[in-house]
Amino acid sequence: MKETDLYSELSSIRNIMERSTKFISLSGLSGILAGIYAIIGAAIGYSIVYSYRGGLRYRNYYVTDRDIIWQLFFIASGILILSISTGVFLTIRQAKKKGEHFWNPVSKRLLGSLAIPLIAGGLFILIQMIRGEYGVIASACLIFYGLALVSGSQYTFSDVKWLGFCEIALGLIAASLPGFGIVFWTIGFGVLHIIYGAIMHFKYNQ
Amino acid sequence: MKISLDQFDKAFENRIRLQVMSVLVANESYDFNSLKDLLNVTDGNLASHLKALEKEEYINVNKSFIGRKPNTQYSASPKGRNAFKKHLEALENLIKQQKL
Repeated sequence: MKETDLYSELSSIRNIMERSTKFISLSGLSGILAGIYAIIGAAIGYSIVYSYRGGLRYRNYYVTDRDIIWQLFFIASGILILSISTGVFLTIRQAKKKGEHFWNPVSKRLLGSLAIPLIAGGLFILIQMIRGEYGVIASACLIFYGLALVSGSQYTFSDVKWLGFCEIALGLIAASLPGFGIVFWTIGFGVLHIIYGAIMHFKYNQ
Repeated sequence: MKISLDQFDKAFENRIRLQVMSVLVANESYDFNSLKDLLNVTDGNLASHLKALEKEEYINVNKSFIGRKPNTQYSASPKGRNAFKKHLEALENLIKQQKL
């Protein structure tokens, strides 16, 4: 056995172990797009809230009107669905480009570990909304989303973990500054996604 | 430079068998079709290598059905894990020797 064989043997082991445990076809571009959708959504939400109150003259710390809250809820859900479908579409395209099957044991595990915190968080937020506790929504979205990312990150790029930590930190800050929910929501889902997506795109996509 | 292969495991001489073992050591279990996609090999080729590893008792095979489709899960046995570790150590030793 030649020396080069030895190294190629080791690198093939390493490569196959990594590919069998990590899903690496996540698209950076979908992160950027999700961020843009979120910022547009937040802008629409902001205009709904403040036009209703007659301009920017005063800032009420809590939005408590049921109609407005549910309008915001439907905008947020729409953006969520749009982001997820863009993400899924671009990820499938990326996987095909790499000659990988997007539906494999690793992507199943990735989805499973993302789903648990997301579903728990979604139900929690829904319950709070029904009970009229609107103040916790923005921070709960960020915290549960961050937890989902941290738990999913073991099956994909480790960069995802850092995005998760940032979302959790933002969520906690948002919780201590009620009334600025929409600001933190925009940073967490908009700005952070764009930064993360750009990093991923240039780091892994070239 | 030629190196002696004495301490190498014969079962891992083949690249595909070594790769199969790598996957099974890194994961709790893996099914036949996913292995096939991952390693990019044909059914028959993969099946014969899996048979060989099974014969050495390096892997456990768990056959079941999902609906009507057969679903065969493979996992590394403790003996297989040990053999894989030894094989890696042998590779490591060879590299160390060459560096001297």
